[in-house]
Amino acid sequence: MVKSMKKNKQFERAVHGLFLILGLVTVASVLVITVYLVISGIPAILEIGLWDFLFGDTWDPASSDPKFGILPFILSSIYGTAGALVLGVPIGFLTAVFLSKKASPKVKEIMSGAVSLLAGIPSVVYGLVGMMVLVPGIRDLFGLPDGASLMAAIVVLAIMILPSIIKVSITALDAVPKEYEDASLALGATPTETWFRVSVPAAKSGIATAVVLGVGRAIGEAMAVMMVSGNVANMPSLFQSVRFLTTAVSSGMGYADGLYREALFSIALVLFLFIMMINAVLNFFLKGEKHE
Amino acid sequence: MSIITAKDLCLWYGATQALKNINIEIPERSITALIGPSGCGKSTFLKTLNRMNDLIPSVRIEGTVTYGGQDIFAPSVDVNDLRKEIGMVFQKPNPFPMSIYDNIAYGPRTHGIKNKIQLDDIVEEALQGAAIWDEVKDRLKKSALGLSGGQQQRLCIARAMAVKPKVLLMDEPTSALDPISTSKIEDLTQQLKKDYTIIMVTHNMQQAVRISDNTAFFLLGELVEFGDTEQMFSQPQDKRTEDYITGRFG
Repeated sequence: MVKSMKKNKQFERAVHGLFLILGLVTVASVLVITVYLVISGIPAILEIGLWDFLFGDTWDPASSDPKFGILPFILSSIYGTAGALVLGVPIGFLTAVFLSKKASPKVKEIMSGAVSLLAGIPSVVYGLVGMMVLVPGIRDLFGLPDGASLMAAIVVLAIMILPSIIKVSITALDAVPKEYEDASLALGATPTETWFRVSVPAAKSGIATAVVLGVGRAIGEAMAVMMVSGNVANMPSLFQSVRFLTTAVSSGMGYADGLYREALFSIALVLFLFIMMINAVLNFFLKGEKHE
Repeated sequence: MSIITAKDLCLWYGATQALKNINIEIPERSITALIGPSGCGKSTFLKTLNRMNDLIPSVRIEGTVTYGGQDIFAPSVDVNDLRKEIGMVFQKPNPFPMSIYDNIAYGPRTHGIKNKIQLDDIVEEALQGAAIWDEVKDRLKKSALGLSGGQQQRLCIARAMAVKPKVLLMDEPTSALDPISTSKIEDLTQQLKKDYTIIMVTHNMQQAVRISDNTAFFLLGELVEFGDTEQMFSQPQDKRTEDYITGRFG
């Protein structure tokens, strides 16, 4: 009896130790990535100068007088993400309200399944379909010489962020106590008034979380964006080819060397800082939810 | 004068009959208590009166209920207007997660009142009416969820009153409250019956005796007995009523 208890204790201790080590692997990965990005990203910034790097509007690393201004990438990423939100948030949010509050169980099941499927499609497939369908479509619709543009990237990103916005919003809306809605209906409010004036406000931190997750997904996406945006380092304009922060890194990495290569690390560092900021915002919302 | 009349009212949840041929005339500006053991249909009957049962998909209703002479199931009746006339207070206090002010103003705003001064008046009047004004007047902008359970329930009564209904349905409004809060709400109902018709489901027979003018006893979906509260509790007409109120079952 005593012996087996001792054995049990040892076993428990070993299991705890194992879990701790596995947990530390994750933490170590984050630390290694952060440290590596900072160490490899700083030199180029120092050489180019922080101001010229962040706010220079010309990216021409291969010429005899190289320019390393990444403002076009920063703005493309910001505009692209913002555009995706403008299109994706209303669609995703209203879909979530419909599925959570109005749809019959059968419709909800089918549509939720479709949304999950959308989340599982690899980004290269989004890029491929975007390239074959969306890019020519935009070219013909707006009479452009080339449809590969910021606009195309925005549409693709808007679709790509729909699943996270819809799913997280539905979870938040489903969690609104039925008592709130009953109280509103009993006061003579219509179902629509009830959803938008009681259910949605009660789920607002969850919905905000959904939007922030969408931002994270959009700003970090590289492959699909590269395939539909034309990948030219222009200052962003809706119907011109643009290059995002992500695609700047991935498209240059294969052949760049010297300062050019180092500058790509610096771009990655900037992207990383953006993602960190988004995470901070996300944590803020999640904390807010806990306090309520 | 009766304000609500049910005639041969039957209600089914799917295949289960929850109300059987209910005939009742509920007098105006009085308190009617609905008593009976759990599952007897008293809450179902209450929720039929403001058509909250409409929200349950499998419900089927036969017979009529009239409110002020108007059939409440008629296609021409706007259910939202009906619920404005017949307010409801739930078993569990359910203030919205908003400020005290916004909770009370929710109903009037829904019905189109935007004027700030008018809203201020309605909010104060409703909170006064529900005897909670003095406790909350300095914290109207604070969250209603910070109030105690008893305060929350009076807030919910105030919220229901703010849309100026004629009838207040109360579904065991004190069952989640402590004795002091309960007695405050009971006192409040005595004030309210001067202006409102109150129909209250209660599990507490002493409460029915203390506050109600008339009592309806439900059993297995039937209305067994309906009449003057004092008389019913002293000389019940039906054997089943007697068994219930003397505590032989339920």
